[in-house]
Amino acid sequence: MPRLNAGTRHVVRFTLNGRPAAFEVEPRMLLTDALRHLLGATGTHVGCEHGVCGCCTVLIDGMPARACLTLAVQAEGCEIRTIEGLAPSPARLSILQAAFRRHHALQCGFCTAGILMSLEAFLATRPDPSAEELREVLSGHLCRCTGYAPMIAAALEAAAKLREDAVHV
Amino acid sequence: MLAQQGKWIGQSVERVEDAALLNGRGRFIDDLGAKPGTLHAAILRSPHAHADIVSIDTAAARASPGVAAVITAAELADITAPLVAGVRAPIETRPIAVERVRYVGEPVAVVVAADRYLAEDALDFIEVSYKPRPTVIDPLAALAADAPVLHEGLGSNLVSERHFTYGDPERAFASAPHRVSVSVRYPRNTGSPMETYGVIAEYDPHEGAYDILANFQGPFSIHAVMARALKVSGNKLRLRLPPNSGGSFGVKQGVAPYAVLIAAAARIVGRPVKWIEDRLEHLSASVSATSRVTTLSAAVENDGRIVALDWDQIEDCGAYLRAPEPATLYRMHGNLNGAYDIRHIRVRNRVVLTNKIPSGLVRGFGGPQVYYALERLMQRIAVTLKLDPLDVIRRNLIPAGAFPYRTASGALYDSGDYARAVALAVEKGGLDDLRRRRDEARAAGRLYGIGYAAVVEPSVSNMGYITTVLTAEERRRAGPKNGAQATATITLDPLGSVTVKVASAPQGQGHRTVLAQVVADVFGLSKDEIQVSTELDTAKDAWSIASGNYSSRFAPAVAGAAHLAAVKLRSKLARIAAAQLNVRAEDLVFAGGKIFSRTNPDAALPFARVAATSHWAPATVPDDAKDALSETLFWTPPELTAPTDADAINSSLCHGFIFDFCGVEVDRVTGKVRIDRYVTMHDCGRVLHPGMVEGQIRGGFAQALGAALYEELAYREDGAFLAGTFADYLLPTATEVPDITILHMESPSPFTPLGAKGVGEGNCMSTPVCIANAVADALGAEAIDLPLTPAKLAALVHGEEPTPPRDMFKPRVSKPGERRIIGAGETRVRAAPELVWKMLLDTDVLASVIPGAHGVKKLSETRFLADVTLGVGPVKGRYKAEIALSDLDAPKAARLSGSISGALGNGEGSGVVHLAPDAQGGTVISYTYEGAVGGKVAAIGDRLLDGAAKVVIGQFFAALARQIGAEEHRPGLMARLLARLLALFGVRR
Amino acid sequence: MKPAPFDYLRAESLEEALAALDQGGSEARILAGGQTLLPMLNMRLARPALLIDIMRIPALSAISLEQDAIVISAAVRQATVLARPTLGTEVPLLAAALPWVGHFQTRSRGTICGSVAHADPSAEIPLCLVALEGEIRLRSRRATRRVSAEQFFVGMMLTDKGDDELIEAVAFPKRRPGEGYAFAEVGRRHGDFAIVACAGVVDAKRMRLAVAGVAERPVARDFPLLDGTALDDALNAFAWDLQARDDIHATARYRRDLVRSLGRKVLEEAAACRA
Repeated sequence: MPRLNAGTRHVVRFTLNGRPAAFEVEPRMLLTDALRHLLGATGTHVGCEHGVCGCCTVLIDGMPARACLTLAVQAEGCEIRTIEGLAPSPARLSILQAAFRRHHALQCGFCTAGILMSLEAFLATRPDPSAEELREVLSGHLCRCTGYAPMIAAALEAAAKLREDAVHV
Repeated sequence: MLAQQGKWIGQSVERVEDAALLNGRGRFIDDLGAKPGTLHAAILRSPHAHADIVSIDTAAARASPGVAAVITAAELADITAPLVAGVRAPIETRPIAVERVRYVGEPVAVVVAADRYLAEDALDFIEVSYKPRPTVIDPLAALAADAPVLHEGLGSNLVSERHFTYGDPERAFASAPHRVSVSVRYPRNTGSPMETYGVIAEYDPHEGAYDILANFQGPFSIHAVMARALKVSGNKLRLRLPPNSGGSFGVKQGVAPYAVLIAAAARIVGRPVKWIEDRLEHLSASVSATSRVTTLSAAVENDGRIVALDWDQIEDCGAYLRAPEPATLYRMHGNLNGAYDIRHIRVRNRVVLTNKIPSGLVRGFGGPQVYYALERLMQRIAVTLKLDPLDVIRRNLIPAGAFPYRTASGALYDSGDYARAVALAVEKGGLDDLRRRRDEARAAGRLYGIGYAAVVEPSVSNMGYITTVLTAEERRRAGPKNGAQATATITLDPLGSVTVKVASAPQGQGHRTVLAQVVADVFGLSKDEIQVSTELDTAKDAWSIASGNYSSRFAPAVAGAAHLAAVKLRSKLARIAAAQLNVRAEDLVFAGGKIFSRTNPDAALPFARVAATSHWAPATVPDDAKDALSETLFWTPPELTAPTDADAINSSLCHGFIFDFCGVEVDRVTGKVRIDRYVTMHDCGRVLHPGMVEGQIRGGFAQALGAALYEELAYREDGAFLAGTFADYLLPTATEVPDITILHMESPSPFTPLGAKGVGEGNCMSTPVCIANAVADALGAEAIDLPLTPAKLAALVHGEEPTPPRDMFKPRVSKPGERRIIGAGETRVRAAPELVWKMLLDTDVLASVIPGAHGVKKLSETRFLADVTLGVGPVKGRYKAEIALSDLDAPKAARLSGSISGALGNGEGSGVVHLAPDAQGGTVISYTYEGAVGGKVAAIGDRLLDGAAKVVIGQFFAALARQIGAEEHRPGLMARLLARLLALFGVRR
Repeated sequence: MKPAPFDYLRAESLEEALAALDQGGSEARILAGGQTLLPMLNMRLARPALLIDIMRIPALSAISLEQDAIVISAAVRQATVLARPTLGTEVPLLAAALPWVGHFQTRSRGTICGSVAHADPSAEIPLCLVALEGEIRLRSRRATRRVSAEQFFVGMMLTDKGDDELIEAVAFPKRRPGEGYAFAEVGRRHGDFAIVACAGVVDAKRMRLAVAGVAERPVARDFPLLDGTALDDALNAFAWDLQARDDIHATARYRRDLVRSLGRKVLEEAAACRA
């Protein structure tokens, strides 16, 4: 492929939450900035821009990724999922989201989007996780409000509910 | 006045805030669209802890693409004034450095450009020339007569010193059988919310008014500070808050200086300007809790009863005193006896300045500092007198019948039963079982300890407490300050639905949910029918100097004010309904969305119809209820009076009680602390929403755990900042935070409308010292300071270190805190010392061996300047280097010293090169070096610095050796000439 | 915290990447998982003129088994290796160490070879490679070469790799009969850079201990089969030899203590689990 020059913008095409999407970016633009400021998908938050806090975690081709450690141009052809695509409909929360609300697993809500995306990816591969495993997954995120315990309770409950639903379907 | 038990208060209802947040539809400041044409700011910050700004050259930056302006102190001089602090002192605090920098991270210049990327590009082109000054980091050292002075006008680094005496401590100390003391150092840490600061500001030159949107949290006393700093009246500074804020924990009070800076920048460029702080900026230059050195002594009876306390507190507020500081030191002034009945107290308070980030609000605000000393003292009293620490606590608790209890220094404790709380915690928290676990662990040779902490958690600050820093005479001159005005507005619209507006500035605490519960109970509506707005706009909403989200004032003060406003409006609606139903207003009941008569339930009206009446048909409304459209209520508790002439101060309205205990084990090998069990008992008065109270406790605990074990805004002795990333400033994650046992009892406050007290900060006060007491118990340690890092604890456990094998070269070990980079090396060349010497003195040769040097300028025979590109692996930066040769001892030794500065930081160092002839006519070049690196690289890469410096210095000496040994590889005329010369001496590679 | 400008090339073949690397020299950088490079770009610690993205080169996504080694190509992510069901029997040491590398959310992007290229002195993957005496396979436009792990890691973030070379793959020796392996690490928090990480390899004739987080690179030392105070003395000499330094997270003394204690622990564990 041709070399994308610094200082000029290049069209990048991908799917965002199942729909075709595109933005025009310089090579150096971070995926966080492109999602938020070019597409208005502001649910992906920016907390540290060095890959530690986890606020900006999105799913790229089903796997969690720090959007702040991803260049927007790397999104070309990828399937990207963000918090905006988690609920089945605007009026209904997903099972995981509802469990978070029930357990007061969020306060300021700034870190929540990234945490939900991580858990979404993890529960897809590990439907029956232990609290210990969940703790370890969550250790890739920083939350300053909750002390984490309600998140673990919420994730355990959501996992149980998802398993139940899987049996019934 | 207590409210009727309602349907909603006390329930853990799901939060109204959550659906939007869970779907990524929150509206945080960076999520809000800015006006077209909004420019973006980036801030150039000082890499030095203390230096004069010799010059700032912004020409190249201004020419950088997309740049609208580069702003320094000079451009701001006319349109801004200093930020006023809590005590008058000859210190100028401005939002940008004027002629001198006093901490790493201090703003030096602002670039305003089309976007943030371009703004950061331009930062690289600003050239600042600094002349470093001696620094002072340690608060005790700052008090020394010969300490470097930060603010000359002050004459020293001591901003304030006050002595207080309550009761007769002199006599108590003279007559008590024991005197027990502790000396503790509380470190620097911070709240570190996940969302950083953000400001969007605009200036209207036609009205001479500023409009600032910022994720500020209050207190709104700072609004006055900001208006003054921008040189406008209060009504020309419109301050708006975004709907959501990503946590604060006090810290977002510190956005104020940046709001002033960005607003002034917007005025200069004539366009709206937006600035979103990044994490590196936040850690180095937002806000820190104060560090404090405390010596606390107690006069103690044989049974452990404390008769008197003697406090000596040295408060380190950093490089500048920023409003409301030195409030941290005085917030607890009425509570210096803690939970104990101690009538005689002596206090010496000193406020000092050091070359560190200025301090400000951080969750706990003075509480962690005070209780670390007080509860360590309790443990030390027990150890010293061979008593059970729990018995010492129990014997000193304020008795249950004593409330309201006036403390020696003036606080009025509202309610409580501390002994019962302790007894309940001991029983339900399983202390006996924990003691068994300790005994078993110890029997097995493990290091296990139990710690306790009893803490009174103040909430709803008295705006007057800060004036305790002034003398009574100074207070008289300044005029009285007191109170805690809370406000709420309830409006009814033409469809009769209810909207609540408050100035509580939440950052995730769920204020909207609780207010809906509170107001729904008053009106007999469903909580879902109440709409609550917390988007404060100072131009349109009711607010006061005390507004904002601090001192845990929401539940006791703001929710209370909303309740009172609703009650007032309800009584008007009752009169309207009474007129329409032809019944007595006193007989009306508000329930189920209806207003009906207690005696005749058929006489009923829909709530909405009555609530809309004053819109549609005011003529039908009784005269005393015509304004039943909106009710704005201000509430301030009468108990919060100004300090007395004897300096007694009721510093807070409410006083919750916390009793914590925990069992910990310290790993003998790693020194790591494992929390086996943690029990926390809270009495925060009436609980409005149990889920949220639990959330506050868990969150506070996690933050306190960080303060106890992980977090420190660390500085090196020379002022370099070392905790610039989240890999250095370590917040606890899910794998570090254990589950805890939370217990409750309720002693409603007689002073608040709903009986509630604050609960947001208590564990930040109790937990660090509870864990420290347990660790002290486990290790038998007397003095331990936070954070309790594994290396620190291992040093207490491991005993003497095995010595290195006898034949091994042992490197010089640096002193703790010194952190200088030191090293040594050796190389051999075939040239004789005389030739090597000649080359060493040849600046052209020297220039050519500096790694990555270009553009060398010779200043004299022994000094030159160079632009250098230095790097390790992918890390590369351009620096200006100044190199000098000295201590010449031909042809044996010379000293090479130099300093570098660049966008990534600065460094200085020196090395001594020794030349000695070897047996083959060649030379052994040996060198030792030492240096220090500061600025950005130190802040974000301390872990890697030594190794990286070694690489760079190694490159230099290797190049020197290579140069001497291998001239033929260097291109250019000089090289060829040298090569020929060297060839005569038989030098080869 | 935004990167300085750079060009970007999404290479579609190895040849394309190598040509660009050859042309770009020291101003070009390979972008693989980006978990270390991107923070450096964001902080402007690194300012390459060109990033060469190799993650879509089909030839670099293979994990292949050779007679004595498992060979992991440059674009293979850490999560892929960790999810390999046979990893525990193939390279037990790597299976033990990989969960300590970053977090779930970074292993899903970060590559094995990227960690090797970065050569952080605390990193677990270079440590394993040194402990197991693995090799690094380098390729430039002109040549390929293989370097032993011990020769590859030169210093703090410094390797033997030339500017025109990329790491095509790394080879981890497979489990050998009669050998036992153990790994232990101490960091401040879970997922943090190691303060000290130790990898032990023990067979019938020797014990090999590799240590990360202490010296400027992972360092291994071979001992004869020792126990008791002889082992203590050997470990003490090794600990002092590594010239530990203080930093914000730990003191030099603490690091030496851990080399002595963790070192002993992993050697004993490795000896105990010899297959």
